[in-house]
Amino acid sequence: MTDTRPTHAKGVNRRKFLADTTRIACGACVAGIGLGLYSKQAQSLPANALRPPGALPEEEFLAACVRCGLCVRDCPYNTLKLSEFNGAGATGTPYFVARDVPCEMCEDIPCVPACPTGALDPKLTRIDDARMGLAVLVDQETCIAFQGLRCEVCYRVCPALDKAISLERSANIRTGKHALFIPVVHSDFCTGCGKCERACILEDAAIKVIPLQLAKGQLGTHYRLGWKEKEQHGLAVEGIIDLPDRMPEAVQ
Amino acid sequence: MTISRRDFIKTQAAIAAATAAGTTLPNIKNADAATDDIRWDKGACRFCGTGCGVLVGTKNGRVVATQGDPDAPVNKGLNCIKGYFLSKIMYGKDRLTKPLLRGTGGKFDKASKEFSEISWDQAFDIMAEKWKAAIDPEAPEGATKVGMFGSGQWTVWEGYAASKFMKAGLRSNNIDPNARHCMASAVGAFMRAFGIDEPMGCYDDLEHADAFVLWGANMAEMHPILWSRLTNTRLTKEGCEVHVLSTFEHRSFELADNGMVFTPQTDLAILNYIANYIIQNKAYNTDFIGKHVNFTKTVTDIGYGLRPDHPLETAKKGSGGALTKISFEEYAASVAEYTLEKAVELSGVPADKLERLAKLYADPTKKISSYWTMGFNQHTRGVWVNGLLYNVHLLTGKISEPGNSPFSLTGQPSACGTAREVGTFAHRLPADLVVMNEQHRAAAEKIWKVPVGVIPAKPGYHAVLQNRMLKDGKLNAYWVQCTNNMQAAANMNEESYPGYRNPKNFIVVSDPYPTVTAMAADLILPTAMWMEKEGAYGNAERRTQFWRQQVDGPGESKSDVWQVVEFSKRFKLADVWPQAVIAASGYSADKSLYEVLYANGQVDKFGLDQLQKGFNNSESKDFGFYLQKGLFEEYRRFQFEGPKPGHEMAEFEVYHQARGLRWPVIDGKETLWRFREGYDPHVKKGEEVKFYGKPDGKANIIFAPYEPAAESPDNEYDLWLSTGRVLEHWHSGSMTQRVPELHRAYPSAQIFMHPDDADSRGLRRGDEVKVITRRGEVLTRVETRGRNKPPKGLIFMPWFDAGQLTNKLTLDATDPLSKETDYKKCACKVVKA
Repeated sequence: MTDTRPTHAKGVNRRKFLADTTRIACGACVAGIGLGLYSKQAQSLPANALRPPGALPEEEFLAACVRCGLCVRDCPYNTLKLSEFNGAGATGTPYFVARDVPCEMCEDIPCVPACPTGALDPKLTRIDDARMGLAVLVDQETCIAFQGLRCEVCYRVCPALDKAISLERSANIRTGKHALFIPVVHSDFCTGCGKCERACILEDAAIKVIPLQLAKGQLGTHYRLGWKEKEQHGLAVEGIIDLPDRMPEAVQ
Repeated sequence: MTISRRDFIKTQAAIAAATAAGTTLPNIKNADAATDDIRWDKGACRFCGTGCGVLVGTKNGRVVATQGDPDAPVNKGLNCIKGYFLSKIMYGKDRLTKPLLRGTGGKFDKASKEFSEISWDQAFDIMAEKWKAAIDPEAPEGATKVGMFGSGQWTVWEGYAASKFMKAGLRSNNIDPNARHCMASAVGAFMRAFGIDEPMGCYDDLEHADAFVLWGANMAEMHPILWSRLTNTRLTKEGCEVHVLSTFEHRSFELADNGMVFTPQTDLAILNYIANYIIQNKAYNTDFIGKHVNFTKTVTDIGYGLRPDHPLETAKKGSGGALTKISFEEYAASVAEYTLEKAVELSGVPADKLERLAKLYADPTKKISSYWTMGFNQHTRGVWVNGLLYNVHLLTGKISEPGNSPFSLTGQPSACGTAREVGTFAHRLPADLVVMNEQHRAAAEKIWKVPVGVIPAKPGYHAVLQNRMLKDGKLNAYWVQCTNNMQAAANMNEESYPGYRNPKNFIVVSDPYPTVTAMAADLILPTAMWMEKEGAYGNAERRTQFWRQQVDGPGESKSDVWQVVEFSKRFKLADVWPQAVIAASGYSADKSLYEVLYANGQVDKFGLDQLQKGFNNSESKDFGFYLQKGLFEEYRRFQFEGPKPGHEMAEFEVYHQARGLRWPVIDGKETLWRFREGYDPHVKKGEEVKFYGKPDGKANIIFAPYEPAAESPDNEYDLWLSTGRVLEHWHSGSMTQRVPELHRAYPSAQIFMHPDDADSRGLRRGDEVKVITRRGEVLTRVETRGRNKPPKGLIFMPWFDAGQLTNKLTLDATDPLSKETDYKKCACKVVKA
């Protein structure tokens, strides 16, 4: 497990991290079975429940958590709760619901050292490395930023703003003189704290933090985005030349 | 209120949600369309000076939804997050519905901590008693002990009626608007440079400019819709650049091609450096400055507007704002010491960034629009720094044409329309006239049909002075309308609260909600707001916008204008004017102020038959005439008959039909750019450019040097404190904090601090801390991340949170010229709580 938890947000490729966690959590099984397993494990939790920072992958977490409640006790913002008893596997485990009380991302992460069993991984020492879930702008139809209104509350409330959420600007074709400011989440930096979901001004949040297992797509390894590869490593092939184009003389 | 807020939300939830949010929930929308009995009408947003057009939806006597007016030229159907919640601002569950008097059982007791309900009659009884006790009609002119504090959120006629009531009725110039805290420096600079108030350009500059420079304006959060337009131009126009200057990094830096964080107060030096650069590189427009500009310098070392016995005031050598004519060469020599090296040393901005900015202004091919708000205006040298920017635009001739625009943005919906145009300042009269000028007073007295000599010649107490005079017991009967000054005025502990609670004084506060100010009052008057009255606002681009009364105010609430006009019935001329003046007037001493000021054959000229069909008009039905129309048409006479042309507006009814018009409106046409031939009807053919506010038609370039701030960090108070706003909340939060969604989005203030400053004080993000200044302390929490990134040595704190009163910390130092407080600079320390 230790190699799957990033120690530096920038240092670890998030996609690789997710790929690894998924593999360990459910082997090489297809995603559908993974989801089924997750929902079964989590059935004593609300659908929007998130685990505390540093929580191991769900199956391991459930195995390691002794339901002592010490992390809940040490949470200074009353973010964490214990799931109620209903006979299912997750009963008594800590969780939080971002829309109610999000994680405030304490610098000293008091819930983690409180854990006696390592279900909350003690190697998590920088809160920026936590991955409690991933914010996803799930409803672009109701998000008023997509209509050109100046909201972007989720962006400004983000503790890692401009990294975990940035604004993508484009022209508002309808008005012809305004811009759109579209919030875009970046999984390399989003800790899943849920401040954005909490702050969303809609009656039901258009941006929601979703457990990683459900939130992330995965790009096939058989295809690379050429411009990003070039940006990171330079052009993959050396020695290609670009001859001048023949243009009509008037244009030259 | 007969329906609780919760019931209301429940019953309206489905339809209101779908219509207000413009959602695409097909079933709900269709159901709504089938039973749609929402009445839509035109209105203007209640918040900032942008003046977004909105459509207001009412049903069963309630505003249930709003939408951005899709054809409004400013916003084209868009709103910011505050405008999105307009339909909720009137329905906070603690709306005031009855007059409340301090004391129990309806008996006034200054020392009581309780309020009890009384009738409006009882409220005006005790007010009249207190006012009459404070008024001596035969007292020497200017010795008045009554005062009023108003608002840039008053509607146009509310400000007009109040100003007339105070200046002509009670013969007191002690009326000032809260715009003193936000726009007074801009006004002062307009008058000094151009002799006429308000911007020459308009919002169309946002599309015409090639480059934008922000000087102390965080438009990304404070003028969200204008920022949206600026951003679009930056994205779509090739070569467009955005330069942003501030004392800390904020959201507008996100778009900046050249972002500059400077040491507070050194904007004075940066602007002089730019002027010097333009001169050294011969980039000035010789033709323009030869024809249209005078060079002058201002008196220096003028103090900081503190109480006269303050060491900073006794140490000053100069005073006032007198200008001395100088030559171009003398001006060039004055700015010569502001070299790049000096500007870098003072400001801390890297040389290449400053030089890039100077080159931009100097480039004759670039059209530049400069924007500023409180960073310039709330400045102990606010008038100077406004003027220094005009210097740069005037030197290059980049002014008064599409895209070339120095533009002062306003923070309130009618700071321009009401506070400035109507003249609710302690020294002003309608349409740019001033009380100090005999000819101006005479014009006002003639239009108002009051005898010569009624209007006092001496300016009254300005906002900051009002609080000092209350504390000193020299202002004893005081009425605050439409503003929350106990949360706004600087140095609350020492200068605001003591005056309100001074046993000699009687304080009345009119407000829809129990604000901090209302709770400090002796009498609270429940006030109808926004769509509960017919109204008019004037935005930052000189656009006047009207709306009809959509709903009735809750309970016994009454609009500000009703309160003023009704209260005027309580005074006979004998109560307020000297015998000699009454005799000269030809009026009977028994005549009421109501009859002299409002039922005067002018204001009451328009009958109820002319009211807006299908809409209520609570005030007019009470008084028996179309009050708003009468007040507006009388006000218009100042624009056409007064000694200062250039403020002409269209007839009353036109504004109920149009989506606002930008004055001067001549022959039914609005004016987009002033002072330039072809754009402004006041500039004749062949005149090219004429700054007609000045007798010689020339604008003033005014040299002013860099001078330090009133209070800078030292060993003990080792940080700069800057205060301001956030997008989610408007001003003191009395409306937006009552919208649950906005409250949830930004519930409490905090201080934004550099992570190293937090580290060196042993603070972690989220820690509870005390911010302490020489004047007070406030408990808050530390934020080292997020939207604002201060440099080391400076913290920023928003002021919307009534639970964390930043004005316990701020210093009541003002610009001695504009009397506007500097809310951006004082010294503080931060310790763990």
